[in-house]
Amino acid sequence: MSLRIVRPGLLTTVQDLGRPGYQYLGVVVSGAMDALALRVANLLVGNAQGAAGLEITLLGPTIRFESEQLIALTGANLSPILDGQPMPLHRPVAVRAGTVLAFGAARAGCRAYLAVAGGLAVPLVLGSRATYLRAALGGWHGRALLAGDELPVGEPTAMGQQLRQAVAPASLAASWAAAHWTPGPDLCPTPRSQPIIRAVRGPEYEQFDAASQQTFWREPFALTPAADRMGYRLRGPELRRETEVELLSSAVTFGTMQVPPGGQPIVLLADAQTTGGYPRLAQVITADYGALAQAAPGQALRFQEVSLAEAQALYLAQERRLRNLRRAIEWKLR
Amino acid sequence: MLSPATSITNATQPQLFPLGDAAVVVQFGESISPAIHLAIQAFNAHLMQQPFIGLRECVPAFTTLTVYYDPWLVSEQSQQPPYERACMILQQRLLAAPPTPAATHHTVNIPVCYGGDLGPDLEVVARHTGLSPAEVIARHSAPKYLVHMIGFAPGFPYLGGLDERLATPRRAEPRPLVPAGAVGIAGAQTGIYSLPTPGGWQLIGRTPLRLFDPTAPDPSLLHAGQHLRFVPIGAAEFQRLSA
Repeated sequence: MSLRIVRPGLLTTVQDLGRPGYQYLGVVVSGAMDALALRVANLLVGNAQGAAGLEITLLGPTIRFESEQLIALTGANLSPILDGQPMPLHRPVAVRAGTVLAFGAARAGCRAYLAVAGGLAVPLVLGSRATYLRAALGGWHGRALLAGDELPVGEPTAMGQQLRQAVAPASLAASWAAAHWTPGPDLCPTPRSQPIIRAVRGPEYEQFDAASQQTFWREPFALTPAADRMGYRLRGPELRRETEVELLSSAVTFGTMQVPPGGQPIVLLADAQTTGGYPRLAQVITADYGALAQAAPGQALRFQEVSLAEAQALYLAQERRLRNLRRAIEWKLR
Repeated sequence: MLSPATSITNATQPQLFPLGDAAVVVQFGESISPAIHLAIQAFNAHLMQQPFIGLRECVPAFTTLTVYYDPWLVSEQSQQPPYERACMILQQRLLAAPPTPAATHHTVNIPVCYGGDLGPDLEVVARHTGLSPAEVIARHSAPKYLVHMIGFAPGFPYLGGLDERLATPRRAEPRPLVPAGAVGIAGAQTGIYSLPTPGGWQLIGRTPLRLFDPTAPDPSLLHAGQHLRFVPIGAAEFQRLSA
């Protein structure tokens, strides 16, 4: 079982939920930028939430399914087309062998996730299948996909097989069929063009002057073209520290808002380095990683302060929704 | 206002604060010192040997140990909010942890071929410091360095112990690609590039050893807490060890 890359798109990589546990050796975590979208896509095809899928960036690839598969697409709406017909997002879709998935214009967000029942069976590197491009680590030969790549697909779970039978096209003429149900907007949000990203204060928040603190929560910050899986450079009002004391390098992570001496913030993302020496003004909450990951260069972001207690309540609520989705899918198969 | 007594207590007890909704930073002090380094190593080793439920991983740095945790798993253990629960566990563990690490690492020898094509900035460092190239090599290979932390890139060591006379500013223009194994100086720091990356350090030599190998059982040659020494080798030896 495999899927073949006919055209690679702008940047298509194999990702799972990353490679935690090796940051003490400087190994970045990587994994899906919009982890919620990948987890939901995996649940929709009966996979474990951390199975490897494809992260598809802005200009999607063309993919031929070489065997019968159950697939799901989540995250950005990049106008997916299955054998000439628009493919619905956020639901299990059964495809026959030879079906071709292509993409059109980016309508909302910039990163889509394709899950395949059984997951992409690329080798584990340090416990993960995630691609870390800078070190050519993991994924498919440590790189973005190229035309002609044929990615192996693992064995679907019992749940994946049941879902495929339940969804399979009734008519012999149809090459694919989609389920009639989909999770709610909490788990499948449509990316916004001017997202509000919630954050808590960072360890060095108090070192910034009062005007900078207020400005940060009030004014929009634009994503510059310097935006990749490691981080986004933002442009907005200058943010100033009250002290010029140099900091000693300490841990940084997904969502850490660093402010270099120039006063323009950088927000770190899935390929964040493990440690950094710039002051950490704020930390984006886990529940909003997806909204952050879906922002594209040129877009404006606003940051809204929440308390740590609120951030953790939102974290737990999201985890509860994912568990409930899994239960709901099991219920449908009874 | 803190009373003097409180200030003294705070100066010796690690401070805990959040890094977002899934990490606690344990800060052991304000400046780089061997005592703080040992306390971080000891606490890290303790948590690795006896992880609490929900512990994801720990990242040691110069004065901090950052503890990543899963708020869901931590919250399942009690009614407390996850951050408070995590802090409570860490406070208890700080009291229980031994003050110094159980095992001390042996010293790792890093063979380095200095100067020439492998160390194109050796002359720059010599000129800046007013030393001869041979003196730069002798002073760089004399100390026993402490690996304070690994960061910046997979397997990249932050070292303590550089001879102050060797301090040299970074290059005005970073090189677009520095090869893995390059040994450099930047300000008062020395280090070894573990992967080919852009970089602005003054390159004085290169080691044939591989600092990071994701296919090895232990992917990093160096670990925080180890000591290392640079051992000068000739070009022929470098070629032999690179083969």
